[in-house]
Amino acid sequence: MSNGTFEPRLVGFLCNWCSYTGADLAGTARMIYAPNVRIIRVMCSGRVDPQFVLKAFKEGADGVLISGCHPGDCHYKEGNYKALRRYKLLLKMLDQFGIEKERFRLEWVSAAEGVKFQHVCNEFTEQVRKLGPLYLSKNGGKHEQREA
Amino acid sequence: MSNAKPKVAFYWCSSCGGCEESIVDLAEDILKVVAAVDIVFWPVALDFKKKDVEAMPDGSIAVSFINGAVRLSEQEEMVKLLRRKSQLVVAHGACSHLGGIPGLGNFWNKETIFRRAYHTTPSTQNPDKIVPLEKTVLDGKELTLPRFFDTVYALNQVIDVDYYLPGCAPPRDLILSAVGAILEGKLPAKGAVLSPNKSLCDDCDRNDSKPEKLVIKEIKRPWEIMLDPEKCFLAQGVICMGPATRTGCNERCIEANMPCRGCFGPTDQVHDQGAKFLSALASILDTNDEKEIDKIVQSISDPAGTFYRFSLPTSILQRRRMEAIK
Repeated sequence: MSNGTFEPRLVGFLCNWCSYTGADLAGTARMIYAPNVRIIRVMCSGRVDPQFVLKAFKEGADGVLISGCHPGDCHYKEGNYKALRRYKLLLKMLDQFGIEKERFRLEWVSAAEGVKFQHVCNEFTEQVRKLGPLYLSKNGGKHEQREA
Repeated sequence: MSNAKPKVAFYWCSSCGGCEESIVDLAEDILKVVAAVDIVFWPVALDFKKKDVEAMPDGSIAVSFINGAVRLSEQEEMVKLLRRKSQLVVAHGACSHLGGIPGLGNFWNKETIFRRAYHTTPSTQNPDKIVPLEKTVLDGKELTLPRFFDTVYALNQVIDVDYYLPGCAPPRDLILSAVGAILEGKLPAKGAVLSPNKSLCDDCDRNDSKPEKLVIKEIKRPWEIMLDPEKCFLAQGVICMGPATRTGCNERCIEANMPCRGCFGPTDQVHDQGAKFLSALASILDTNDEKEIDKIVQSISDPAGTFYRFSLPTSILQRRRMEAIK
């Protein structure tokens, strides 16, 4: 936030076989895109435990991206469908916790889609920038000031 | 003093009284407990006061059983006092272990709860808009009430807790074996939940009725169908928290033909019971079609309240964002 604009902290869980390779392609092709997504490589989007997403938000992420292979292309056949079902249910539940649906995103990015990865990062960054910081750790649990 | 009986205290915070009842439900076995220990504090049953506890030397109580979540400043003060006076503190029951049903208040805050309770419920008549205040001056005298927190806390979020007795309320055999272990000094490592560390499904009688591949096409609520008394609830499309819940309850609900609601909390391997159950449930939904997934997700009316029914304050997110409460 050094120049006055809010730079969202985003966490991206990318599957090893498609999306991580797609991000790598964007890098080796020297595409220019928002550097806000901190990438965590997982073997499959179906490996992303909903606890990972909640922990990311709790630890200070303003947005979380999950990215996997296109439907039908999963290296493990069905992992990305599992990710899709979890994403839909988690999206609904996050709303009950007051976390806007624009802060949580699922995208299919293949190993050839460096350009799509570039777009997703730019778009997601702008989307979360508009919402502002999440400030989750400020309230709740041990951190709240009980005594006035 | 060498033959003095160990001193035991019981206290309740934000709770329904069911955990007190679980002590009374020990029936004749409570006499054995009473014969072995000195009960020095038990507000629900015995006439000891706070000043009696304050007068005891620090660490003089062998064990305090504290039930209920911490929602008021008074409860915080009392549990801190008991912590100081006790060698061991046992969180007794789901509310002090996980936050429990009162913990669902973490979807709201003080202002919205007071507004609902004192103004907008249909049965409320409060034309003068009177609400409880922490300080009131009446005839020149000041009256005080405890502070009501925005957030409900589990016991270990306020004081150090040695052991946890899970359940809503904890079943009799778990309480007895815990008391026995304390008296004999045969306790497990500090921080243990005094119940087996495996999931309810592991012990469930209906496990055999579970199909080879468990899938759900449509979610149903228990009142919407006639529940088969033998078949796995999930196989019937009814949400049962068994896969994400610790066992040790003797399947009281399952035997009454009701699905598990998760009062024992997660096993040691899991941080967040609700997220883990969400993961399990989404995995067995029997469709890969986005529209159908949307439809099933729509039919789950309150996922957070269902998956975190007993564990919201100790979940990763702990509460609804304060900024999002209107």
